[in-house]
Amino acid sequence: MLRQLRRPNLAVGGGIVVLLIIIAVFAPLIAPHDPIHDANLMYAGEPPSTAFWLGTDDQGRDIFSRIVYGARIALTVGLLVEMMNAAIGIALGLSAGYFGGWWDEFVQGLTNVMLAVPTIVFALALMAVMGPGIPSLLVALGLTDWAYSCRISRAQVLSMKSSPFIQAARTMGYGPGHIMLRELLPNIAGPLIVVATMGVGSAIMAEASLSFLGLGVVPPAPSWGSMLAGAREQLIVAPWIAVFPGLAIFVTVLGFNLLGDGLRDLLDPQGRSRR
Amino acid sequence: MTDTATRQDGPGPVLRLQDLHVHYEVRTGQGFGQVPLKAVDGVDLQIRPGECLGLVGESGCGKSSLAQAVMGLVPATSGVIELDGRTDWDRSAATRLARARTVQMVFQDPFSSLNPRQSIATSLGGPLRLHGVTNRSERADRVAEMLRKVGLNPDAARRYPHEFSGGQRQRICIARALIVDPKLVVCDEPVSALDVSIRAQIINLLLQLKDELGVALLMISHDLGVVEHMSDRIAVMYLGRIVEEGAWNAIFSDPAHPYTRTLISAIPDPERADIGHERLRGEAPSALAPPPGCAFHPRCTQAFAPCREGAVPAFTRLAEDHRARCHLLTKDTESR
Amino acid sequence: MSGTEKMTERTEDVLRIENLQIALRSEHGDDPAIEALNLSIGRGEVVGLVGESGCGKSLTALAVAGLLRDPMHVTGGRILLGGEDIAHLPNRSMRSLRGNRIAMIFQEPMTALNPLMTIGDQIGEMFVLHRGMSAGAARKAAIAALDQVQVPSAARRIREYPHQLSGGMRQRVMIAIALACDPELLIADEPTTALDVTIQAEILDLILDLCRERHTAVLMISHDLGLVARICRRVAVMYAGHLIEEQAAGQIFATPQHPYTRGLVGALPRLGRRLVEGQQPLTEIPGVVPAIGDFGTGCRFAPRCPSAMARCREAVPRTTQLPQGGRIRCFLHD
Repeated sequence: MLRQLRRPNLAVGGGIVVLLIIIAVFAPLIAPHDPIHDANLMYAGEPPSTAFWLGTDDQGRDIFSRIVYGARIALTVGLLVEMMNAAIGIALGLSAGYFGGWWDEFVQGLTNVMLAVPTIVFALALMAVMGPGIPSLLVALGLTDWAYSCRISRAQVLSMKSSPFIQAARTMGYGPGHIMLRELLPNIAGPLIVVATMGVGSAIMAEASLSFLGLGVVPPAPSWGSMLAGAREQLIVAPWIAVFPGLAIFVTVLGFNLLGDGLRDLLDPQGRSRR
Repeated sequence: MTDTATRQDGPGPVLRLQDLHVHYEVRTGQGFGQVPLKAVDGVDLQIRPGECLGLVGESGCGKSSLAQAVMGLVPATSGVIELDGRTDWDRSAATRLARARTVQMVFQDPFSSLNPRQSIATSLGGPLRLHGVTNRSERADRVAEMLRKVGLNPDAARRYPHEFSGGQRQRICIARALIVDPKLVVCDEPVSALDVSIRAQIINLLLQLKDELGVALLMISHDLGVVEHMSDRIAVMYLGRIVEEGAWNAIFSDPAHPYTRTLISAIPDPERADIGHERLRGEAPSALAPPPGCAFHPRCTQAFAPCREGAVPAFTRLAEDHRARCHLLTKDTESR
Repeated sequence: MSGTEKMTERTEDVLRIENLQIALRSEHGDDPAIEALNLSIGRGEVVGLVGESGCGKSLTALAVAGLLRDPMHVTGGRILLGGEDIAHLPNRSMRSLRGNRIAMIFQEPMTALNPLMTIGDQIGEMFVLHRGMSAGAARKAAIAALDQVQVPSAARRIREYPHQLSGGMRQRVMIAIALACDPELLIADEPTTALDVTIQAEILDLILDLCRERHTAVLMISHDLGLVARICRRVAVMYAGHLIEEQAAGQIFATPQHPYTRGLVGALPRLGRRLVEGQQPLTEIPGVVPAIGDFGTGCRFAPRCPSAMARCREAVPRTTQLPQGGRIRCFLHD
């Protein structure tokens, strides 16, 4: 177990993600100010100081506190969105790989369409129809970024469905549901966990992008993306308003990607040797 | 679950194949069309209760396709698969379960035949629950009993496949096949992936279980030594067809088909140097383009005109329970 | 076969392995994998090396070919090829030996052949590399070599790629590559295990015929005692890194001496036995081959041996000569 911690990707990525979760859970204890209601124009645009560690924004709100609370939004949106994506992708990929035939062709076609059009464009279109806000954000992102999970689960199922233990399950009389969920899924979970972990990172990125465009989280709520958007005009005079939320997004997405990479190193060699 | 006591082991065979065809559509490298690969091309075969039938042949002769069709893992193109008197095999769940209680399978590679994520208790107990044993402690008891029967400690139930050696895993696979009390177990090269010293253990175990439980075996192997040792009857398969079939001692002491003879003489055994010289020249033709006439004629040293131009040779009855498909056999009877 | 024990022939040995030690590097030092291995092969001689997986037969072959890779490494002893110790040669010198003076044939020809090169180029490469031939001359030599391994219409076949050939044909190509430069020693590691019985006999005949013509020494590695005993002159049996018995091929099957060899012979379902003896259970060797690092202190076969005595568990038996010729590592004969 100790040796796993020597893998730098896993340790750094895991560390960042754990820290984020702690920050999100204990946000009220960590943040020195209220992220929304402590607006005080007297302190608008203050640079970083001992009172406001990362400075204040144009309405005088403490940027550090807003970033801390922003972690809650980022993580909630990221995890929920990725759970939806993973569920859709795995369900489609598993069934397409296992059944084959017209269903497989259909799912593959759908996947190719999803991959051909950038996710953010799909999400933009959906958000435009449903209007901004966290619920529509979840729907828009959760329905659009499942193509990778789908492809990977399909490929894994294809390579595994003719192995003897699957044939044994079939000759035992098990039905397709049991075989997909109990026999195949646990054995392809490794690569799917990797994809899902990285997916959380890109979901957070997508949330920030949509919020930046004003289509995601509605302004007073402290989303990192909308914080960035609000900082556009002061970029020259008060760069900290933009830099710190940007840094938060960067570190978070990097953390999930490193964690995914580390998990891949951890899970894949095992998967290959287990034959 | 069928109880052993209520089982009706009447005179009917556990398996009867009638004119079984298994064809696959294969995309060839050239052109766009698909070519039928006739893996199994008209096979009639019977296995009686408690009997061990050995099925031998080179790789690509269709013996594994035959096994898969019997198991329902690949669809039969045409023909009848009668298992324990039943021939209607639709895709319903009830049919699936009934088939599973009639016929089970042991695979070649014990390392990939067990789900690596399932404990042995789940691998063996799950099927019991599927087949209606709802009581948890009864399941545990039956798993333990079956593990003992295959020569393993019942503690094995708590462990996972990777904790076992190849031979032990094959014992577990045999236990899994037998736990639903089938009438026939299809063994597809069950020992060829194992070390020599382990093979003997598994062969002895299979024979012992066959006697003890009265289960019939379809023993598929390319190893004539194994087949001779285990089988009551033997069928020799070549390019999708059975070319000779008979009691084990008839096949080995009086092989009628030239292919059977070359198979027997190809076995390396230093103490049988006298018959080690009947060699096959050339390799088995592809089942995509089987030769006309007798499919064996390009490799046969005794082939004559009818083998090359005539029809596929029909079975000639040589003795009670011994028959072979070879034009030479009818030539002999005609000239006599 | 009696001559194999004469000291006079020893000087002509093509390969002579003396007291070879191979170990597995691990976190807590070296775990011995092969210990005190002695084996020699004379010119034109075919010697079988038999054992189950994990006995060290393939490790021995890899060591001779200089292909051992970390964490396996030679920790002692000598490997003499024509009198010259090659156990510790640098990689570059080993590369010029391989294919030239030592050749290998593996179990699965598909993985040993380059899928992107025509077989003609792969055979010709040997002539260019080791004989300094021009491309044109190498092509002619490749056709001749394919002819020799009885590949029909060789001139056309040299333009084909490995995937276009059947398993038996690929193994013939491997043999052509291996014998291209007239090696002194051919190591055949399970050369026919992946093939059908009918093809197997043909390929073995081919290897033996060609090597007899060229007086090539052959180290035939196999798990199949029956096969090895039929084609080899001497057979050595390995178990858990020890060479435990060596006898003339004719004798080892008829009168195996070591309990392990006896077990192997008895465990084999042999053609014709049932006709004579009826369906007797096969001899079982209980247990499994120990893993490297779990060899224990005594004779490595002792835990599975039906005739193990107290001393078998305490010390490793030394190798002694058998009265009928050959040698054995067993306390029953010491």
